[in-house]
Amino acid sequence: MIRVQREDFDIGAEIRALTEGRTEIGGVASFVGLVRDFVDDGGAEGSTAIRGMTLEHYPGMTEKMLSRIEQEANRRWPLDASLIIHRYGALAPGDNIVLVVCAAAHREDALQACSFLIDWLKTKAPFWKSEDTGDGGRWVKAKDSDDALAARWEDR
Amino acid sequence: MKLVYFAWVRTRIGHAEEDVALPDGVATVADLLNWLAGRGGGYAEALARRDLVRVAVNQEFAGPDTAIGDGDEVALFPPVTGGGAMEGSA
Repeated sequence: MIRVQREDFDIGAEIRALTEGRTEIGGVASFVGLVRDFVDDGGAEGSTAIRGMTLEHYPGMTEKMLSRIEQEANRRWPLDASLIIHRYGALAPGDNIVLVVCAAAHREDALQACSFLIDWLKTKAPFWKSEDTGDGGRWVKAKDSDDALAARWEDR
Repeated sequence: MKLVYFAWVRTRIGHAEEDVALPDGVATVADLLNWLAGRGGGYAEALARRDLVRVAVNQEFAGPDTAIGDGDEVALFPPVTGGGAMEGSA
């Protein structure tokens, strides 16, 4: 199941709803992405404080890509249930951005599928972050390290 | 053709979407980007670093050789940056 929404989500409630009555499930892995209050600038410059961020997305393509990524996870691992929730709009430090949950009979399938989903959605789902550093917004650059994390799943 | 722009491609061009009539000879994504850049101003600025612009045709990622036509929706945007704080150090 995938959801793209402006509203916050309740992690406990989402996991309960996913696993309720599903006694074949032996393990649940989750990842929660949060808004940090700083960005690394690298090198001696240290970090810059951020006041919040705005997430823009491509309605329609976002849902299509998230569904496809979720289907791919279910093709690779025997999952009993999976969930991706991604927020958009204005967010403050500490706010939830994204939730990925994978449930399986065995923990290794759940953990690997969860790791795969977050790596792939970072490079394949059409979201863009603009950070507010106090002197206007600045668009976040994509990181080569994210491409490398996603690429390690390519030949599977 | 419907063109849609996101993130800094949108802010540089100055609007989120527009309908355009393709001139003769514009048959691929690469042709379209060249033609748009030739409009100058914000278009030239947004397309100055072609390697930083990603393209989707009818909501599917596309390459420079992807064919396009009048009924298509073509989106131009920077590399995506969704997800949570899982990045390595910059």
